Amino acid sequence: MSGAAPDSTAAPSRALDLSQLSVRELNAALHEAEDGRWEVLDPVGKHAIAAGLDAELEVEIAGNVGYYCAGMNKRATVRVKGNCGVGVAENIMSGKVAIEGDASQAAGASGHGGLLVIEGNAAARCGISLKGADIVVRGSIGHMSAFMAQRGRIVVCGDAGAALGDSIYEARIYVRGEVAGLGADCVAKEMRPEHLEELAELLAEAGIEDAQPAEFSRYGSARRLYNFNVDDAGEY
Amino acid sequence: MGSRLDACHADAAMCGIVGIYAKSDACERHLGAHAAAMLVEMADRGPDSAGVAIYRDPAPGGHSKLCLQSADSAGWDDAVTAIDTGIGVVEARRVGERHALVETPVGAEEARDWVERELPDVAIDSAGRIIEIYKDAISPAEFVSRFSLAEMSGTHALGHTRMATESRVTPAGSHPFSTGLDLCLVHNGSLSNHNRLRDELRREGIGFRTRNDSEVAAAYLTWRLRQGATLEGALEGCLEDLDGFYTFAVGTAEGFAVLRDPISCKPAVMAECDDWVAIASEYRALATLPGAADAEVWEPEPGVVYSWGTVAVA
Repeated sequence: MSGAAPDSTAAPSRALDLSQLSVRELNAALHEAEDGRWEVLDPVGKHAIAAGLDAELEVEIAGNVGYYCAGMNKRATVRVKGNCGVGVAENIMSGKVAIEGDASQAAGASGHGGLLVIEGNAAARCGISLKGADIVVRGSIGHMSAFMAQRGRIVVCGDAGAALGDSIYEARIYVRGEVAGLGADCVAKEMRPEHLEELAELLAEAGIEDAQPAEFSRYGSARRLYNFNVDDAGEY
Repeated sequence: MGSRLDACHADAAMCGIVGIYAKSDACERHLGAHAAAMLVEMADRGPDSAGVAIYRDPAPGGHSKLCLQSADSAGWDDAVTAIDTGIGVVEARRVGERHALVETPVGAEEARDWVERELPDVAIDSAGRIIEIYKDAISPAEFVSRFSLAEMSGTHALGHTRMATESRVTPAGSHPFSTGLDLCLVHNGSLSNHNRLRDELRREGIGFRTRNDSEVAAAYLTWRLRQGATLEGALEGCLEDLDGFYTFAVGTAEGFAVLRDPISCKPAVMAECDDWVAIASEYRALATLPGAADAEVWEPEPGVVYSWGTVAVA
């Protein structure tokens, strides 16, 4: 550890260098911290960086990270100045995780709360089994995104891959570009004033100023899979 | 030889893949060291076996190189004498205890067929003018040291670290698999229709050494290429004919190609800079390469063939 500085709002961040520390030591240091700004150096694609945080920290990671970065995040703000591997912000509970590059598959999977912002593209299964978190992607997302998503919102400024929202419950999806295909029981829905309003809020929170809510389409559950249809009895 | 008898129906459920294609002389000189660093970084994904196909030192026109593996290290001198008597040996070099690199003054097909017929206890890991495949059921770190990989130079290389989940760990079940002269395959994933496909390919005259699903994928490519398909066409055929999960990297004399199945459960990440193009199961393997921090990094799209070098197959 280097660059220790007195606590103040303008204090420079304290640096944690992964060429000197193990990921376990790094995460232990972040888990002990109660506040402050932290910089993680030399991440070189290591897994589980800044996972399990539960304090109002600001953590900036200087490079590309591996799997499960900022997993289970609570209250902390984590910014990755690079790309990230599988499962970034998986099961995020609250706080904010921002990725300046691209995200691999299962970004924000099963997140319960908080906000995940991806400045680049996200690969397959973005927001799979989402349970209440919000995900805003400036680029495009891959196939099978929002599979079985239960609550929360997914905003995509680019395009969405095949089978979007397959078997979706009550999550809401907003896509500005093309959708390669909708999954089972996912349908396009009317954009009502409350949707334009929440979309404007999400875009603002994500710091995206060059996209207008009216340019987006909304997708969600047709709710045809919620109850057994007796006419389908012959199928079983 | 033991490995021929081993029933090895392992899938490659986890496993690590690495590959690098040099775009500069400096990168060619240090290719082995780069491949070694990537391979060791992927040890967590596959500690059971390791292997590398490295393309280097082309044999003169009309000559060929064979990488041979034998369970019986004591018999090497006899084997080399037999090959010399049969087709001639220009140079023979023992690599570790069980492996040997043999240069013959005849074409690769003739040399391969001769060894296959006359020395049934010797396994042919690779045959061609340029390719050398080394693989063994040892950890990636041990592999790198036993084969002095870091000291090799070459134009491109593919490597594999294997985590066997369902079956025995044997040299024959290790990757890369030869898919023809100067061709090889590494695979991360598992195939579910490999038994039926193996039977079909056997009827087409393709031989098998193991019960391994990845060997079936390699044999499928061999068969398609033999039928005259381009490498790209053969890989696109995989999308139709193979059922299962895969990230494939295929090496040819000139370069390599990458394909992920349409579901893409198995990871892959690629990067390119002025000195090299590389693929790995995880970014951290790419991060071992010089210039990785500034390289363009992307995830290959599902069902899309990516290729580097002139991958047309003669």
